[in-house]
Amino acid sequence: MSGTFVGMPAFPKAAHEAVGNTTLRANLRHATHTIRDKRAKAVAELDDWALLREAGKQIKDHTLRHLDTYLVQLEEAVTAAGGVVHWAADADEANRIVTRLVKETGESEVVKVKSMATQEIGLNEALEAAGIAAYETDLAELIVQLGHDRPSHILVPAIHRNRGEIRDIFTKEMGAWGRPAPEGLTDTPAELAEAARLHLREKFLRAKVGISGANFMVAATGTLVVVESEGNGRMCLTLPETLISVVGIEKIVPTWRDLEVFLQTLPRSSTAERMNPYTSMWTGTSDSDGPQTFHLVLIDNGRTDTLADEVGRQALRCIRCSACLNVCPVYERAGGHAYGSVYPGPIGAILSPQLRGTASEIDASLPYASSLCGACYEVCPVAIDIPEVLVHLRERVVQGGEVTRRGAKVTLKPAKGHAGERAAMRAARWAFTHPAALATGQRLAARTRRFHPRMLPGPGRAWSATRDLPQVPAESFRDWWQRTHGSKESGK
Amino acid sequence: MRVALFLTCVNDTLYPDTGRAVVKLLTRLGVDIDFPMGQTCCGQAHYNTGYRHEAEPLARKFSDVFGEYDAIVTPSGSCGAMVRELYPRMGERARAEGRGDGLAATLAPVVPKTYELTEFLVDVLGVTDVGAYYPHTVTYHPTCHGLRSLGLGDRPYQLLRAVKGLDLKELPGAQECCGFGGTFAVKNSDVSAAMAEDKVRNAGSTGADVLCAADNSCLMHLGGTMSRLHTAMRPVHIAEILASTQEEPLS
Repeated sequence: MSGTFVGMPAFPKAAHEAVGNTTLRANLRHATHTIRDKRAKAVAELDDWALLREAGKQIKDHTLRHLDTYLVQLEEAVTAAGGVVHWAADADEANRIVTRLVKETGESEVVKVKSMATQEIGLNEALEAAGIAAYETDLAELIVQLGHDRPSHILVPAIHRNRGEIRDIFTKEMGAWGRPAPEGLTDTPAELAEAARLHLREKFLRAKVGISGANFMVAATGTLVVVESEGNGRMCLTLPETLISVVGIEKIVPTWRDLEVFLQTLPRSSTAERMNPYTSMWTGTSDSDGPQTFHLVLIDNGRTDTLADEVGRQALRCIRCSACLNVCPVYERAGGHAYGSVYPGPIGAILSPQLRGTASEIDASLPYASSLCGACYEVCPVAIDIPEVLVHLRERVVQGGEVTRRGAKVTLKPAKGHAGERAAMRAARWAFTHPAALATGQRLAARTRRFHPRMLPGPGRAWSATRDLPQVPAESFRDWWQRTHGSKESGK
Repeated sequence: MRVALFLTCVNDTLYPDTGRAVVKLLTRLGVDIDFPMGQTCCGQAHYNTGYRHEAEPLARKFSDVFGEYDAIVTPSGSCGAMVRELYPRMGERARAEGRGDGLAATLAPVVPKTYELTEFLVDVLGVTDVGAYYPHTVTYHPTCHGLRSLGLGDRPYQLLRAVKGLDLKELPGAQECCGFGGTFAVKNSDVSAAMAEDKVRNAGSTGADVLCAADNSCLMHLGGTMSRLHTAMRPVHIAEILASTQEEPLS
């Protein structure tokens, strides 16, 4: 994934910093609670939400099961409509293709519609290295780009910033990228939006190349769909001469009719709107209307490998609505950067370790970045059982096992650093399969209770740093039962 | 009906009062409850930390110990959810790994017979007024697995509302996780502690003197936080409140 995230510390370490940052926590708390409450209201308006959720799940599962068929169908339809389809196995290949396509136009700058796929592959950095300036045109992405920052949310990448911080970024940085911020810019939302509008308008009118992702691709007709709120996407998709769309292979729906489900569930789940303000659809090219050259770059980048995992593959149903981030108590406190990926929050915790593998410290820690409270599953509009996948990936981390990497089966060794835990789990399992041993342990703990330390050693220190331990009682229930009901026949 | 108490290893070891309360309560309601001495742990901590293969023998043992009973009652939403939601999944995974139907067949009998305490009272015994008396201001935290995995819904509230003398206060942000999450509390200690502090603060804002839940693991985490923050509030398991009567009040 994006090179900007390489070298991230493991989740608990990154989260430690975030939890201590009171401004960040206040920004996140305010934003997530606002969106969360609005979403709940927008969803409650639909009597058939549960049916829509099930339909979305089934459409996605069906498409994933027959992805090979639909991809071929899509390629044929896009080609027939005048587009050119390119296949990229990984991030490097995708970046090489896009860079070449831009260079072939002779241009050295591009405007971009907000796209998770291009962030995932680190396209902006790759273009910059090739001397091409990529301008983000989504307001929040612009804030992140001008602030030399990283996105921390799928839908609201600058969620970690407040108005004052945004004003400072605009004032300081806009001039270096194009039209400077107006004199005396204040932090009122209307003024900030107007400053961004003026700054971006110059870029829309000048750019000859646009780069986008897509929320959906309709296999039957080769149509790509982008849903957005600001209209910047519509500008980028219609004004440039060349349009390059970079899309993950899992974004297919079979027919236009399937869109009906997602065009209801996506806006309500993400922005809590009944319908998003702009839905742009394009099918190849058409004479004298919109871009005259259209390229579709289909990226795999770990998706086929993920598809091979029967528990984990449900993560590919994700429509990137970010509802799971907004309800996640862990995301709310740790912030998006702690996840070390462009996909933060619960979905990131299951998607990143599958797309990238669990070899790095951060990826091995992500499946544990959850209390398994289940709020993410409850709100997911395509019913991804995120807790189930988290536990499945935890198994992969601690026990190793067979996974698919670049199409081949490989056997992973257990991750390092879990040997002590593994031994403890084994010992606990032994004690728990021998009730007499458990009873002996309980009696020993009860007898020594006066000597128990208030601070625990080893990994337990993390507990006793912030919480007091309960006192071990003088008598376990088991012993009490034996003493008071012992004569009675007591099962096994 | 032969009813077994599945107390859970945490309650057995650290919270025997909750077990005694369940026995007292169910006996008062005319249920002859047994405590099979062979019981230990459902395997949830193993399973949820990624040690599914270590959890399997514990699940088999659970089935072996409890299989002969007509109903299995547990004062833990979390352990109840392990049996009801995750045992079937363990069976499916074993099948998917080409190990046959053995595990699924072994575990299947106990799954539908396992009830969390408030489910057993409301759904099986059909009572909401258990004759309890508890003159305190109480706020209820619906723990995640009770809320989302088991879908306990209104049952605990129905039971608490029927308790004489009890003043029930609504908990702001009730559906948010307290931050315990088993090994999460240790592996992601900072986030876990921040979540607990917010929960304790929300509970404090209700003016209640008791924070009630149907899971002692969450209460241990919250109680430990209250103790560290020196709050006056006490954590109490719902079984202990329901067992409390005018003649024999909860000590």
